[in-house]
Amino acid sequence: MSTLDKAADKAAPQAPAISVEGLHKSFGDLEVLGGIDLTVGRGEVVCVIGPSGSGKSTLLRCVNMLEEPSAGRISVAGAEVTDPDVDIDRVRRRIGMVFQSFNLFPHLTALDNLTIAQRRVLRRSRSEAEKVARANLVRVGLTDKEKSYPAQLSGGQQQRVAIARALSMEPELMLFDEPTSALDPELVGDVLAVMRHLADEGMTMLVVTHEMSFAREVADRVVFMDEGAIVEEGAPEQVIGNPQHRRTRTFLARVLDPAAAEVAEL
Amino acid sequence: MKEPDTVPAGKPAGRSLTRRQRAKLVRGAQYGVLLAAAAAVGLLADWGEVKDAFFNLDVAGDQFPDVITTALVNTVTYTALGFAFGLGLGLLLALMKLSSVAPNRWLATAYIELFRGVPALLVFIALGYGVPLAFQVNINLLVTTMLALGLVGAAYMAETIRAGIQAVPKGQVEAARSLGMSQTRAMITIVIPQAFRIVLPPLTNELILLTKDSSLVYVLGLTVDEQELTKFGRDALNDNLSLTPILVAGLCYLIITIPLGQLVRRLEAKAAKAR
Repeated sequence: MSTLDKAADKAAPQAPAISVEGLHKSFGDLEVLGGIDLTVGRGEVVCVIGPSGSGKSTLLRCVNMLEEPSAGRISVAGAEVTDPDVDIDRVRRRIGMVFQSFNLFPHLTALDNLTIAQRRVLRRSRSEAEKVARANLVRVGLTDKEKSYPAQLSGGQQQRVAIARALSMEPELMLFDEPTSALDPELVGDVLAVMRHLADEGMTMLVVTHEMSFAREVADRVVFMDEGAIVEEGAPEQVIGNPQHRRTRTFLARVLDPAAAEVAEL
Repeated sequence: MKEPDTVPAGKPAGRSLTRRQRAKLVRGAQYGVLLAAAAAVGLLADWGEVKDAFFNLDVAGDQFPDVITTALVNTVTYTALGFAFGLGLGLLLALMKLSSVAPNRWLATAYIELFRGVPALLVFIALGYGVPLAFQVNINLLVTTMLALGLVGAAYMAETIRAGIQAVPKGQVEAARSLGMSQTRAMITIVIPQAFRIVLPPLTNELILLTKDSSLVYVLGLTVDEQELTKFGRDALNDNLSLTPILVAGLCYLIITIPLGQLVRRLEAKAAKAR
């Protein structure tokens, strides 16, 4: 190991979990992100809120390079993912991601969904991978579903399996892309409970969500985005409880009490 | 057609028909046509001749057990070899068609256009006679058959498999990549298994087509032990001056193809459950 690597190793524990500097992203002529700066500390839970089309999901997807940034630097756990020479597959192992549409592998059982990447990417033995997988199914409260195929599970169960799948890679941080938006209202609670539990365990989490009560209760920090920029960020009681910007207030009014907001607009 | 005894209340009486009456009339007309066709065949065909030609039980009995132990077995062997080779080559071509390297796509497209466009018989002749002549090599019959059937089948299967790969939702690759899988690993572990489930029914149709194309192997010149169903039937036709062996051979093809059709239905049902 070179001295440089050692220095990087030493620096790593102090490096923030996620550091985004000057992030721009355009799809053709459409600029989706216009200069984002964001830091997420280790163990911190940051919720990103904002109207649809504000670039929240794109920001999240840039963090693990599912979208390639047009400009800017992103570092995750000390590794600069925007560096073209970085082995992105290695970095992604350390970043768990949960999608709005679950994206479970439909041809595999719940258990195999949890073991496949452990075995193929981390080269764990089947028995070791299954041990980790079962422990994570316990964590999300689905011990009796390991033989089920995704299609046999409810949306809420699928999303919890998806969370367990990400956790089975033992990531250093988790990205959540509107994890409850595709769920029936009565199934949202189970998923949020699992996420709340994760936050309590000290997991670093960057969560794009429309669940204001979750953001208020669980987040250490809330970031409000609109039109590809961060408008306002701070403690939840500040951003959600006492927003400073008009755009934040308009958005919150709509989300928290849609009927009243419509009346106010008239 | 019987006129209804009563006209339903609220419907105008007279010539205009109710919807139910019209449907009845259309159905009745179709039965009429079918019956007329059956009657024509029944009256016009010389049933004595037909029975002698196709249903000569003595001749039929003579075909056994060779029609099964040699001909059916060979048909299955040739088809299976051709299908296996064609599937592998078809997958390779499908991946080439989806490649980001342009020459890969051109090559695959050229191959598919060529082998989809020429009759399989030409491929058999080219491989059976052209290649040994050109390269002064003698290729084993099984290998020639496998190559000829596979080369043709691959062209069709490539397009089917490509469509299957593209039908796998993008989120599947994203999920796989987000777990640290490389592009190649995600393709092998996540995309291709799902693509094959999607294309199983059309691929089985491909297998049924190949089963029938395997009859073209006759152009290579077959020994008695190498005969498959069609060649076997034709030789037996000449020996017996009866069409019965053709009927027997035809039934043997159905022994292969009908269960394949059933298999597809079962697999489709299973895939629907896992989806």
